[in-house]
Amino acid sequence: MTCDDARLLVHAYLDNELDAAQSATMIKHLRDCTACAASYDVYGRLRKALAQPGLYRRAPDALRERWSPAQPAASAAPASPRRRRAPLAYAMAAGFAGALLLTSPAWIAGLRQDGGGGNPVVAEAISSHIRSLQAQHLMDVVSTDQHTVKPWFEGKLDFSPRVKDLTGEGFPLIGGRLDAIAGRSVAALIYKRHLHVINLYQWPADASATASSEEQRHGYTVIRWATEGMHYVAVSDVSAGDLKQFVLAFQNDAGTPTARSPP
Amino acid sequence: MPADLHVISPNPDSVRSARFEALVLPCLDAAYNLARWLARDNADAQDVVQEAMLRALRYFDSFHGSDARVWLLAIVRNTFYTLRTKTPPGSLHESLDEDAHTLVDGGPSPETLTLLAVDVGTLQLALERLPSPLREVIVLRELEECSYKEIAAITEQKIGTVMSRLARARERLKAELAHHPKEVRRHDV
Repeated sequence: MTCDDARLLVHAYLDNELDAAQSATMIKHLRDCTACAASYDVYGRLRKALAQPGLYRRAPDALRERWSPAQPAASAAPASPRRRRAPLAYAMAAGFAGALLLTSPAWIAGLRQDGGGGNPVVAEAISSHIRSLQAQHLMDVVSTDQHTVKPWFEGKLDFSPRVKDLTGEGFPLIGGRLDAIAGRSVAALIYKRHLHVINLYQWPADASATASSEEQRHGYTVIRWATEGMHYVAVSDVSAGDLKQFVLAFQNDAGTPTARSPP
Repeated sequence: MPADLHVISPNPDSVRSARFEALVLPCLDAAYNLARWLARDNADAQDVVQEAMLRALRYFDSFHGSDARVWLLAIVRNTFYTLRTKTPPGSLHESLDEDAHTLVDGGPSPETLTLLAVDVGTLQLALERLPSPLREVIVLRELEECSYKEIAAITEQKIGTVMSRLARARERLKAELAHHPKEVRRHDV
């Protein structure tokens, strides 16, 4: 590799876009050529400088409010007229209701209705699950080793999540991620079932909470339960039977005394 | 004003809406970030994003890919170029093509070694001074952390073009940052 080649390829190398052979050639060149090595160093610094969060322009609130289904508590006033309109919309046309679901806070109320005692947490968990499937959003820590994943959460959450590898049961652990549900930081563990992804969210619960439920929505199954002071929500597009099996495996493996199974 | 939005969606149904809400709305920050760096103005950027989101909603049925962010960013970019300039994005290329700006990199000067100390304001100015075809690749790469393949998809360029533009963008930034504030700093020492 000549310095001329390296001048262009050093950027692809910095961006981790070279294949293994090219990377090896680049590493060798950087070892041999101090000028190129220094240039590599400078561009590395430039990349770090550009990573400062101050440069990222987040959407202003006005724009966000226009497009986000607001949390009910945060927008009590603007929510009320549309909440009144929601039942009417359902009665008139499903399509109109769809538009409301998209753009108004009434969608949470709507989900509550059709969920039959369901919970906004379920809708949030599904949204979060779908979001996690987008490129590069699935995992913050990639590891199949529970002893790597669990310590990774240390200092990032105000509780210690239960992390279990269930490879033996056919649900290999593949990593973890920080996420937010019901307005708080939660631990998300990612498991696989064949080619499907299972997200398991957990966060502390009131000591008394023992509710458990299973719901299906938009082709996703959501199983919630609480035990030993923790809320758990498992979400996946695997069959309900498979997800139930996963939940039982997690409960058993977690050493729950009576392995309370969902109804 | 948000009350008017519910009439916009032409063919809504709740599943489609839920999908849009789950896939596209989380990309709002990314959309705004790109629009803001392209437009270099808050109000213009909001207009661009608002229009781009409406287009995204209208054409959501045509989204079959796996990455809604790439899809949305491509819409944001096209919206920006159609709204802001009457010139199509393609015509901006000529002034920048390979021979016009050959890579001039004389290796690191002592000044550039203090790049890390560059403050956000200086970086922002340097970024805004880049021509938009270079600015968009660097914003997509460094702020949105897109891969070359994703940048190529968003900007409708070949990966090779993305790579060379990114190289030129960084060289221009380095030169800018080395010249302006660092002179002062060196005299101080």
